[in-house]
Amino acid sequence: MNEMMKFEQAQTKTTPPVFRPGDTLRVHVKVEEGGRARVQIFEGVCIGRHNAGFRSTFTVRKVSFGEGVERVFPLHSPKLAKIERIRQGDVRRSKLYYLRDRTGKATRIKEKRDW
Amino acid sequence: MAPGLIGRKVGMTRIFTEDGMAQPVTLVKAGPCPVVAVKGVGTDGYNAVQVGYEDVKPSRLSKSVRGVFAKANVPVKRLLREFRLDDTGDLAVGQTLTVEQFSVDGYVDVTGRSVGKGFAGVMKRWGFAGGNASHGAHRVHRSGGSIGQNQSPGRVFKNKKMAGHMGDDTVTVQNLKIAAVDLENNLLVIKGSIPGSKGSVVLIRHAGKKT
Repeated sequence: MNEMMKFEQAQTKTTPPVFRPGDTLRVHVKVEEGGRARVQIFEGVCIGRHNAGFRSTFTVRKVSFGEGVERVFPLHSPKLAKIERIRQGDVRRSKLYYLRDRTGKATRIKEKRDW
Repeated sequence: MAPGLIGRKVGMTRIFTEDGMAQPVTLVKAGPCPVVAVKGVGTDGYNAVQVGYEDVKPSRLSKSVRGVFAKANVPVKRLLREFRLDDTGDLAVGQTLTVEQFSVDGYVDVTGRSVGKGFAGVMKRWGFAGGNASHGAHRVHRSGGSIGQNQSPGRVFKNKKMAGHMGDDTVTVQNLKIAAVDLENNLLVIKGSIPGSKGSVVLIRHAGKKT
């Protein structure tokens, strides 16, 4: 293991949250405003994960007041208090960028079911 | 004041600052560097220290280079570099310099050999705008345009920015902040980027313009 991997591993969360593209997530983000810390919730569909060890990120998309909003979170950021998976989606690709071109009913994702 | 260190660039990654922001950093494996020679105004005309870095098989070095290390009574090292100083202070031959001399939130200047880009055009090398992509442009999409005037001056001015070899230069980046110092692994964590490819040799000095 080289120096770089050691350095990154020391900072990596030991139990990374489990979720996949297509899942609906509730991301709890720590926000500091005027010296007061609180937790803000960003809820939407995970449309992609960028796997790069400690530098991994994931993208969450939601439609807010008719406007699509996407946020990219670093997976190991200390600002993330909690990531809740509220729905498991059944999708066939790893990047759901096609959702950007769709609105309303067409953006629905099948729920994953264990038979 | 301690002179600085020789090191090798490990690579870039990120750290999270206390307020949770991602900060790009460069890891540098630096030292330990034994002092091989101390130069003084009286003997050499200027003050400096010569330090070595990185273990190497003695058979890889010429006899004359081995002699330099033998004279200082330190194990042979692959690299030998000199640091100019105003005052060599109490630095002595045989002493070992480590990353201990650097402190978190201190500033350093880093010198390295930039990544070679080969023969590069004016757009890449000098940031020229190039030509039109369309509107009838013919074979001039990345050209630099005119390089001068007419009969007067009748020549191209010196230092005219033109295509040519880019990179593989000695570059110094000044006033980089140190994010962390790892004494155990001889690692320096420097905020921002430094010149050179991974594994290239870099010199780390205390910032000359910050007191």
